[in-house]
Amino acid sequence: MAYLYYPGCSLKSTGRAYEESMRAVFAKVGIPLEELEDWNCCGATSYMSISELKAFALSARNFALAEKQGGRDKTTDLIVPCAACYLGLSKAHKYLDEFPDIRSKVDEALAAAGLKYSNNLKIRHPLDVLVNDVKKDRLAGLVTQPLKGLKVACYYGCQIVRPYAEFDNQDSPQSMEKIFRILGAETIDWPIKTRCCGGSLSGTVPEVGLRLSYLLLLEATRRGADCIATACPLCQFNLECYQPKMSSKYNEKIDIPVLYFTQLAGIAMGLGEKELGLQRLFVPMRYTPAPAASSGGQHVTK
Amino acid sequence: MDKWREWPKIRYESELDPDFADQIASIPGGEKLFTCIQCGTCSGMCPLSPDMDYTPRQIIAMIRAGFRQEVLSSHTTWLCASCYACTVECPKEIKITEIMYAAKRLAIREKVHPKRFPPSVLARAFFSSVEKNGRSTESRVLIDLFLKTNPLGMIRQAGLGMKLWLKGRLGPGKESIKRTDELHRMLAVLEKEHMIKPKVKTAQHGEAK
Repeated sequence: MAYLYYPGCSLKSTGRAYEESMRAVFAKVGIPLEELEDWNCCGATSYMSISELKAFALSARNFALAEKQGGRDKTTDLIVPCAACYLGLSKAHKYLDEFPDIRSKVDEALAAAGLKYSNNLKIRHPLDVLVNDVKKDRLAGLVTQPLKGLKVACYYGCQIVRPYAEFDNQDSPQSMEKIFRILGAETIDWPIKTRCCGGSLSGTVPEVGLRLSYLLLLEATRRGADCIATACPLCQFNLECYQPKMSSKYNEKIDIPVLYFTQLAGIAMGLGEKELGLQRLFVPMRYTPAPAASSGGQHVTK
Repeated sequence: MDKWREWPKIRYESELDPDFADQIASIPGGEKLFTCIQCGTCSGMCPLSPDMDYTPRQIIAMIRAGFRQEVLSSHTTWLCASCYACTVECPKEIKITEIMYAAKRLAIREKVHPKRFPPSVLARAFFSSVEKNGRSTESRVLIDLFLKTNPLGMIRQAGLGMKLWLKGRLGPGKESIKRTDELHRMLAVLEKEHMIKPKVKTAQHGEAK
């Protein structure tokens, strides 16, 4: 099956390591990713606050381009790693399906650009693809450096699981846990894993946004996590890049690596630092997989 | 943090806008607004409730009662991070997050939004960047935001910006799609369209901000 890949604005900028590591891991798994040609902004959060119809039109242009590139004779799977894009595109996908008024206006806009969308498209998150399209044994077979003894806090954030995703549970998603257990790591129990990180508020109203990120980090640290795995560029940015600011603001030293789940998966698969964009981290990942020297490992379940 | 806090005003019925709720409820699937039982689950789920001028439950009640001016000029809607915790837990399946969006859009359209509040400034900066180029350029949107809200803050953030640049995570280059003309033709079709129906009657507000 061929997959198309929709990067979104962040994966070309602050979230570059997400793109790099995802492409590397997916190539290893045997899923080459072809980037959607001339993709545009999904119309998410900030854009939708101004005009919803135009936001749907932005999404629809991506859908039309994806269908064209993927081939009209079959359903195209569009892989969307950024949580905000995943939500924005999923929402447009659903609304264009359910509300004929919106659909006819958006179709009119598409026609003005000579484009056409014919509902033959699926919006997929890379987590969904790794858990549901890749066989467990295949994933396990790629592990060259099991993440033994590593305690991972799996952070989903809000917009991947809510409100449209169907591939996982909204209250207690398990996709990432499943992946990391296969890769040999331990996953900690951390019930606030779908609580909001503050989103863009960390930049716009820091006294409000930073507190949300801080609570997540504090709780993960107290529960013994060695690192946090994320699946969203904004979550990764908030949880990692503001750590020095939080430490001084709340008088509590916060120092924990925050990686993309694809980076951590890549480490287990023996991929290189540059391939995974690990050099772009502010808080370096200190774990070096060395099975013989690791202290843990006894809790690993497959 | 308390500077935008204000207790709900007492209003006479004649000062309220009886059309406001209908207007907000005109968004797709918005009619469930009228089934709210004021249980407060939304406010309980909302991670931003403690920082809002009105909690989500209050906002819903105020919309239904016709507190047009207070809702549209509130900071609550702009503090909503769109995490959908309220929406998925609402026992009446009210699309609370979408109602927050509807209020934001209506406020922008009527120019009564809190104009200097950074989240609303960010939304407008992001919007114009995408309208023009089809993509947002993170560095430029952020600079635009800081210049309009907190120029001194930008100096304090310069260290972070520099670090991001050194790590290859932020650059000055402008992001754009190739066929912007295609996009502009599409958006032009929708220029005059709104999903929220226009106001029917003139509201009888006693005062205007």
